[in-house]
Amino acid sequence: MNLVILALIIWILAWFLNVKLADSSLSDSRFIKFLVPTIFGTTIVVVWELLVRGWQVPLVILPPPSLVIITAFENLGILWKDLNQTFFKGALRGYLIGCGSAIIVGVLVERYEALRLGMLPVANFMAALPIVGTAPILVMWFGFDWESKAAVVVVMVFFPMLINTVAGLQESTKIQNDLLQTYAASKTQTFLKLRFPAAMPFIFNGLKICTTLALIGAIVAEFFGSPTLGMGFRISTSVGQLALDMVWAEIVVAALAGSLFYGLMAIIEKGVTFWHPSQRG
Amino acid sequence: MRSVFPILIVVVALLLFWYAAAFSLNSTWAYNKAERAGVNLSFSELVSDTWSQEKPKLPAPHQVGVEIWKTTVEKKISSKRSLIYHSWITLSSTLLGFVIGTSLGIILAIGIVHNNAMNMSVMPWAIASQTVPILAIAPMIIVVLNSVGVQGLLPKAIISSYLSFFPVVVGMVKGLRSPETMHTDLLHTYSATNSQKFWKLRLPTSMPFLFASLKIGIAASLVGAIVGELPTGAVKGLGARLLAGSYYGQTIQIWSALIMAAILAASLVAIINIIQNSTLKKMGMT
Repeated sequence: MNLVILALIIWILAWFLNVKLADSSLSDSRFIKFLVPTIFGTTIVVVWELLVRGWQVPLVILPPPSLVIITAFENLGILWKDLNQTFFKGALRGYLIGCGSAIIVGVLVERYEALRLGMLPVANFMAALPIVGTAPILVMWFGFDWESKAAVVVVMVFFPMLINTVAGLQESTKIQNDLLQTYAASKTQTFLKLRFPAAMPFIFNGLKICTTLALIGAIVAEFFGSPTLGMGFRISTSVGQLALDMVWAEIVVAALAGSLFYGLMAIIEKGVTFWHPSQRG
Repeated sequence: MRSVFPILIVVVALLLFWYAAAFSLNSTWAYNKAERAGVNLSFSELVSDTWSQEKPKLPAPHQVGVEIWKTTVEKKISSKRSLIYHSWITLSSTLLGFVIGTSLGIILAIGIVHNNAMNMSVMPWAIASQTVPILAIAPMIIVVLNSVGVQGLLPKAIISSYLSFFPVVVGMVKGLRSPETMHTDLLHTYSATNSQKFWKLRLPTSMPFLFASLKIGIAASLVGAIVGELPTGAVKGLGARLLAGSYYGQTIQIWSALIMAAILAASLVAIINIIQNSTLKKMGMT
């Protein structure tokens, strides 16, 4: 009971601190902007730990964060192998193939008016569908190993990426196109020097959305069959064994991998689209 | 309307591609069967065989169509083999989850907009959470809730609500902040209270943003409900049909469940689209 009260006190104190920090005159500074969410996040983890211990929540319902961390460190080898199987072999390869082909198709589609008018509504429709449902079919076609996971990822990332590429390629204004025409630029030159660079903010938007989709696709595809490793496999079997600390450890790894992947894309975006207003701010 | 023709051509091209793919993927099996029977297949026999196998690698579109017709129109709705019955199971948890997730999302967004501390502490996490493959925790939620005695609709609905929650939060925060300074200043000169500002300015201006995120949210909800049916070996719902189909190699069943899910997703988004159009029209925003 003491721990529960302690959790409540810590929560109130941290919240009070955050309110003070947010309303202080320094609240626009970078440090405070970083500090406030950090305090909030840490508080949640601490309160979670205290509540789980205080109420003695059974392990099969919610393990305390400390146990998750310990389990993660004890099983670093397994976690790394799972990450390698699911992320580097499945998700990443599928991501590269899917996004790459979507960009190429997008360039072709944009070039021909009729193709764009026909393809774009279909692609928009496809992007809203529960594409992850194709996972059992693709697992049947490509076998249990990473090939089928990569295939699911390809199908999942293709349409969002296609839509973003086509939208981006229409981004250059008439004045800009006219200017290049006065330079007597060829179609290829206009494409390489104006339209493709102008599409970059949209393309990176698509690339960032697809990082999450890729991980989801690879993990869910493993629920339909996988070799005896992989994050989705580990999650579903550990749930079966009620080893929830292992499940949470996998989730932490998935969250970290997803955020790092997203962050990497954001950094590359910053380098490529340095000219865009949203990056200069 | 001028885009109908190109769309039709693309759809027809896709169907043709589908038939061709069915032919090439299923032909090995057809050849093997013919070889065992000691028959020589003519080309037309081969084609008709690849498009009418019982467990093809890729069923032809008309096979899927016939299966959907059989399991929706010709079966009683209460039957366990009726696709409408399974769709209803999935749809009900989708809608329940969508309503829960959307309401929580809007409430949190209102809190974020009105409270600076909440904005600074919660918002970065709400954005960061979009980069996390949330769907991976679906099996855990199901099993955990099952172990505390919550069964049936609710666990799936919780996954759905979780998935629709974040798009709504992020979209609504953007929307509630979208009024221009001029407008807020005007209300300020009227000495409007905070709640008056909210009801008369912020909420109405946020509507386009709300509908945009609702469309993302309902599609995500449906995915959540389907995936929520996978890990526990559920016997009801579209996800269960997918799983059972993949266990027994019933490809036609998988495809019909998949097409059904697609129809469901498309109609849900279309319904929200209609509501959006009529609402925005009545508000004079289009």
